[in-house]
Amino acid sequence: MAGENPASTTDYIQHHLQNLVYGKHPENGWSFAHGETTAETAQQAAEMGFMAVHVDSLAWSIGLGIIFCWLFRFAATRATTGVPSGLLNFIELIVEFIDGSVKDSFHGVNKMVAPLALTIFIWVFLMNLMDLIPVDLIPYLLGQAGVGYQKIVPSTDPNITMGMALGVFILMLYYSIKIKGTGFIKELTMHPFNHWAFIPVNLFMETVGLLAKPFSLGLRLFGNMYAGEMIFILIAMMFAAGAGAGIAAGGLHAQIFGEYTNFWFWLVVFALVCGVCWINLKGKLSTGKTVLICAIIMTLGGGVFAIAGGLMQWGWAVFHILVITLQAFIFMVLTIVYLSMAHEDH
Amino acid sequence: MELVIIAAAIMLGLGALGAAVGMGLLGGKLIEGTARQPELGPMLQGKMFLLAGLIDAVPIIGVGIAMYLIFVVAPGVGA
Repeated sequence: MAGENPASTTDYIQHHLQNLVYGKHPENGWSFAHGETTAETAQQAAEMGFMAVHVDSLAWSIGLGIIFCWLFRFAATRATTGVPSGLLNFIELIVEFIDGSVKDSFHGVNKMVAPLALTIFIWVFLMNLMDLIPVDLIPYLLGQAGVGYQKIVPSTDPNITMGMALGVFILMLYYSIKIKGTGFIKELTMHPFNHWAFIPVNLFMETVGLLAKPFSLGLRLFGNMYAGEMIFILIAMMFAAGAGAGIAAGGLHAQIFGEYTNFWFWLVVFALVCGVCWINLKGKLSTGKTVLICAIIMTLGGGVFAIAGGLMQWGWAVFHILVITLQAFIFMVLTIVYLSMAHEDH
Repeated sequence: MELVIIAAAIMLGLGALGAAVGMGLLGGKLIEGTARQPELGPMLQGKMFLLAGLIDAVPIIGVGIAMYLIFVVAPGVGA
């Protein structure tokens, strides 16, 4: 698949990067964007213009928001003065961690900042966490159910990240005006050069600085998640890369199914390999036999390319755990810092 | 179309170069600081992770765009 058929490779990536769009099409009226190919769908979605929403991003992000609220409410209602256990302990750890971060970098008086920071951290983290679900799993299952396009990581949609950044920006402006009053105007016009002749220069520089904050905030999260998702998709293509490269590289399935590997077949092979390794770990099978059996299963089912792909998915996912947590943390810390700057009255 | 591959290579390479210099300075200073005052270690480490994420952002966005260029804009050129 890698070399001989570039058209389908491109279509595979584009299919994964296409949102499920619902909107007002000039010819079809209110409908989902649907075309014979991904390019046609993208074209239809573009023709909808402003009157369109990304249903998948909205559904996943709101759903994850509800899960977050439910989980924390569940823990809060069960909080006792005794020794907490399990989930309660974990939630308490998170809340204390956020509380510490806010105390470190926020010096004003505002009851809203800590809950806001908690919401942003957990919500962004949950949205990023969707990246660790195998890229093909949910889109494939929904595809069988008739939903053609699905992008399950809301933070790979710039609309979501820039929307959150815009929310933070509105809060920044609101508190700047509320706390500083006319001092905010003075800060914008008199800041680097304190002389009336420099007002236009100051205004330009300060406005650029102000607008760059939400822009970089949203774009940083989007870029990181988009790049991560892109690499997951590229590694996923390796599963099919062995097709047509012979039994040793592509496995028997390539000879039977051709280029389009059957999803369920894959799952069975993967489960078999995991099962054999597990029995080995339990000590009921010698290592030599384990390697032999796994080699036979892989040769029949997966092939070298597929196993390498699986290992790379796993490796990138492990590295990505760091990235998703770090990005959620950075989004939260920067929100706190920006709001703290809005609260500093000179 | 071959130029797209060159563009992606420059994007990846220069991004990696800048991030490598930044990460090197950051890590080196962290170790220096921790060696001078070991009791500040945990606090400095938290700050370092934050800054590492900030440094990481631009090159990783470059990687994403480069991958898009190689595999979607110019597919099959190099393969």
